Amino acid sequence: MKKRGNGFLAAGLLLAGTLAALVLLGMFWTPYDPNAMSAGPKFDSPSLAHLLGTDNFGRDIFSRVLQGAGTTVSIALAALAGGAVCGTAVGAVTGYCGGAADEVLMRLNDALTAFPSILLALVVISILGPGSRFHVTLALGLVFIPSFARVSRTAFAALRDVNYVKSARLMGAPGWRIVLVHILPNTLPVLLPALTIGFNNAVLAEASMSFLGIGVTPPEASLGYMLSEAQGMLFAAPWYAAGTGFAIVLLVFSVGLIGEGLRQRDGGVL
Amino acid sequence: MSGEKAGPMGILPILNETPGKKVVVMKYLLKRTALMAVTMLLVSLLAFVAFALISGDTATAMLGTSATPERLAALRAELGLDRPLPMRYASWLAGFFTGDLGMSSQYRQPVWDLLAPKVGVTLWLSLMSFALIILVSIPLGLWSSGRKSGVLGAALNQFCMAAPPFFTGILLSWIFGIGLRWFTPGEFPNAGEDLAGAAVYLFFAALALAIPRIAMTVRMLRSIIREEMGKDYVRTAISRGGSRGYILRRHVLRNALAPVVAFLAQTLAEIVAGSIVVEQVFAIPGLGRMLVASISNRDYAVVQVIVVILAFWVVLAGTLADLLNEGIDPRLRLGGGAA
Repeated sequence: MKKRGNGFLAAGLLLAGTLAALVLLGMFWTPYDPNAMSAGPKFDSPSLAHLLGTDNFGRDIFSRVLQGAGTTVSIALAALAGGAVCGTAVGAVTGYCGGAADEVLMRLNDALTAFPSILLALVVISILGPGSRFHVTLALGLVFIPSFARVSRTAFAALRDVNYVKSARLMGAPGWRIVLVHILPNTLPVLLPALTIGFNNAVLAEASMSFLGIGVTPPEASLGYMLSEAQGMLFAAPWYAAGTGFAIVLLVFSVGLIGEGLRQRDGGVL
Repeated sequence: MSGEKAGPMGILPILNETPGKKVVVMKYLLKRTALMAVTMLLVSLLAFVAFALISGDTATAMLGTSATPERLAALRAELGLDRPLPMRYASWLAGFFTGDLGMSSQYRQPVWDLLAPKVGVTLWLSLMSFALIILVSIPLGLWSSGRKSGVLGAALNQFCMAAPPFFTGILLSWIFGIGLRWFTPGEFPNAGEDLAGAAVYLFFAALALAIPRIAMTVRMLRSIIREEMGKDYVRTAISRGGSRGYILRRHVLRNALAPVVAFLAQTLAEIVAGSIVVEQVFAIPGLGRMLVASISNRDYAVVQVIVVILAFWVVLAGTLADLLNEGIDPRLRLGGGAA
């Protein structure tokens, strides 16, 4: 069991590392200018010169995928960071302190997590106004707070009265120190898989929103918007949809493998 | 716990309970229904206030450049916008029962007329997808729970979970639509004229929606059943000579059912959210497509009603799951709020 868990982890890290390197590379250098028309012939099928072929304007799809993945990943990471930090803070305070505030917040949380995240994100985006990168990040970040609050609350509440926390309390450690230094590191086996799931949800939600045309808008490339573009050229250039779609699948798949590996390695700790 | 004594009952214990317990069940039903009503009231209030605050003045938006103070005042009075907010909320809420939900600023049509034909389409798509998930994932989950996990199976599972419905949808319409010509992508047949064509069309959309969910359900069924199979009572049953199938049917499935039902309710909610995207991929004229168009057009009268309808679906799924679980697991019923 343990060995295979590490196998998932290793494969996931390898794949995700490669993809991350490609995405980073794409932020500084792409084989062609992603927005340059006629970088090659129109509707050119994949070749060595154009790894994923070209689209109706002769733009190089591989370059566009690299750039689009950069947009998608950076929005997902920013939203995840915001949501995870706020959510974990809420969960830590309510889980550690308990009491009436805990009850109220968690009932509210139960109600919110019952709603699918894409639906909540759509509501938030329609209130903020569609089409802006900042609004998309904010909407996704807000949507991820409840799920992280729930996961971390359970973990913090479970560790509130274990012996090492009691002894830290007896030694006079202040509450914030107990939460940050003593409990937080021990909730990682729960938080890390939650982070991988959160990242994947963020990537899929961002891609869905830009696919629907209410996420980031051109000239900023995003994998979701490119896929909706590609759908119109499905007949003439199926490689456009395939290249873009598999980029999303590979991203989510690699991080999913990491999550699976982490779960199997640390399973049953909490 | 009297739950243990109640062991050899049927799968729906409500049916052979004593009258005293029926009262408990009725009370529970009432409590859940009341809770659901309160939740929906809150959701509708939130949706109304949020959109009333941001939507500004619908009348100004509708008249555009042709606005004069007199025409604005007349239109406001006609739309009922000159009344105070609480009154507008009350009449909007009543509109869900009377059918008067205001006007769409984009289509210049009553919201109710606009949405009524679309509810059915989304409902069919979601139910079809849900049926697919249950029909495929439960046998698959039972089968895979009896086998050691292979690297290939786990990888395939992760891969299916990673496939976003909008990409699967495009792949399906490429293979079966453009390649095999089983349906024409982008042209949803009118169900009144071509029922079979509409069903085939919806089937592929439902399939795209179902694939990642099937992977998740199989995975979760497998882990629950395997966990149950490791428990003492199963060892006892094995030592008494029960076969695997017998133990599964007689003991394990019933214990595994409650979390599965809760998970499937969550799935039902997620499907509706997923249908927003899939309707866009397949150009299906449902609520989701309307929602996206209305968000882009800032047509808030339509957005808030769709949000409430979708929220109602989510809350209903959750309530049904709780009621079902309450029937399956007697401990939940008598313990009241047991987590």
